[in-house]
Amino acid sequence: MSLEEICGIPQYNSLDYERLMHDDGLSRYCRNFDNGMDLAVPPFLNQSNNFAKFTKDDSGREIKINFDHGTTTLGFMYKGGVVLAVDSRATGGQFIGSQTMKKIVEINDFLLGTLAGGAADCVYWDRVLAKQCRMYELRNRERISVAAASKLMANMVYNYKGMGLSMGMMLAGWDKRGPQLYYVDSEGLRTPGKVFSVGSGSIYAFGVLDSGYKWDLTDEEAYDLGRRSIYHATHRDAYSGGIVRVYHMKETGWELIDNNDCNDLHYKYQEEKSKEGGA
Amino acid sequence: MSILAYNGGAMVAMKGENCVAIAADRRFGIQAQTVATNFEKVFEMGPHLFVGLPGLATDTQTVMEKLRFRKNLYELKENRRISPKVFAAMISNMLYEKRFGPFFVEPVVAGLMPGTFEPYICNMDLIGCINQPTDFVVGGTASAQLYGMCEALWEPNLGPDDLFETISQALMNAFDRDAISGWGATVYIIEKDKVTVKNLKTRMD
Repeated sequence: MSLEEICGIPQYNSLDYERLMHDDGLSRYCRNFDNGMDLAVPPFLNQSNNFAKFTKDDSGREIKINFDHGTTTLGFMYKGGVVLAVDSRATGGQFIGSQTMKKIVEINDFLLGTLAGGAADCVYWDRVLAKQCRMYELRNRERISVAAASKLMANMVYNYKGMGLSMGMMLAGWDKRGPQLYYVDSEGLRTPGKVFSVGSGSIYAFGVLDSGYKWDLTDEEAYDLGRRSIYHATHRDAYSGGIVRVYHMKETGWELIDNNDCNDLHYKYQEEKSKEGGA
Repeated sequence: MSILAYNGGAMVAMKGENCVAIAADRRFGIQAQTVATNFEKVFEMGPHLFVGLPGLATDTQTVMEKLRFRKNLYELKENRRISPKVFAAMISNMLYEKRFGPFFVEPVVAGLMPGTFEPYICNMDLIGCINQPTDFVVGGTASAQLYGMCEALWEPNLGPDDLFETISQALMNAFDRDAISGWGATVYIIEKDKVTVKNLKTRMD
């Protein structure tokens, strides 16, 4: 009996057999059906240490499993709330898989998340987070705070730390305490802040963002700063591009400001520049 | 990552009716970082002769200079212009000299044969294996996308204007699916008595 337990052999001969087939027996084959946080993992004792064995192939080469590594996303707080701006390119290596990806996830009317890193990782965990936030809302009859939502996210992905998850996300929202902006990543880092940029193009975006940022920006100035920062990142960074999407988190909930094709922005900015030069 | 994809770039050449075209993007980047958008990869080697050198940017320039040197030497010795076919053989020979430590370029030659003005195109791999098809050749990091575009768009006996449209569409739509090429493009249309150079307005992301 005790050996059976240690080995985890199902007790087919027990009286519980019927129940096992309908509970554990079935749920074992669709684990994240009921619980989104329960992913299938290889049968190792110490997951994060032993999982490294699976990240190399038999000739010792790294196995690349992440799609969409290149991205530029940014978010900043100012007097009018929070502005989020992102590009829309999805790449697999050098190949451009999509130029129209939505990298801002609308978790609910007062919560937005940005994605950078593994596309599937970000989309999946944002979906699980959206469910958790809705459950919280139903249980407590009030919306979840951004601090709590970001902590849910950080704790969920922390369980899989070291197993190859790759995501760097910003959570923007408006709750009882006002506008909020958090950065959460798959390494387990979670921190509030005023100005963030994430992704391969973030270095270029920061260059523009930091030089134009101040707390007292008007709404239009803030949108333009976000837009310009992303545009300049798409221009320099090969793995960012497509459409610049700008969102504004207000007291009344989020609002999509606009979507601009990088191509149109480039020639618009170029024309503005040549006019300034001529004047 | 292959060293051929360190700087990025796309190149295509096509045959037409009494004309040929060669086109390339203008990006010079270091992996993901776009450093310049005015980098030339196509070089004039004679009145009806152009060579494109996609691949590692430093070798693009080195190989171009070595080729120009050998071509000048040939033309002084022989006292006549080099033909595209001979020039291609010369490149091939030069590249194979470095069989065990190659230049990381995949040359594309486009031109009109002297006298007959018969269209000529070819490309080769980085150690000089010549490929001489009857329709089009491609090179660079967007070559898979270019093959797709060319197979779909190219047809025989295109005039210079149609050839320009075809090669431009093929190139632009190919490198819009490649992260490390684009940022402007140059097209050369080579006819018996004129060469037209056009810079295309493209996406800059």
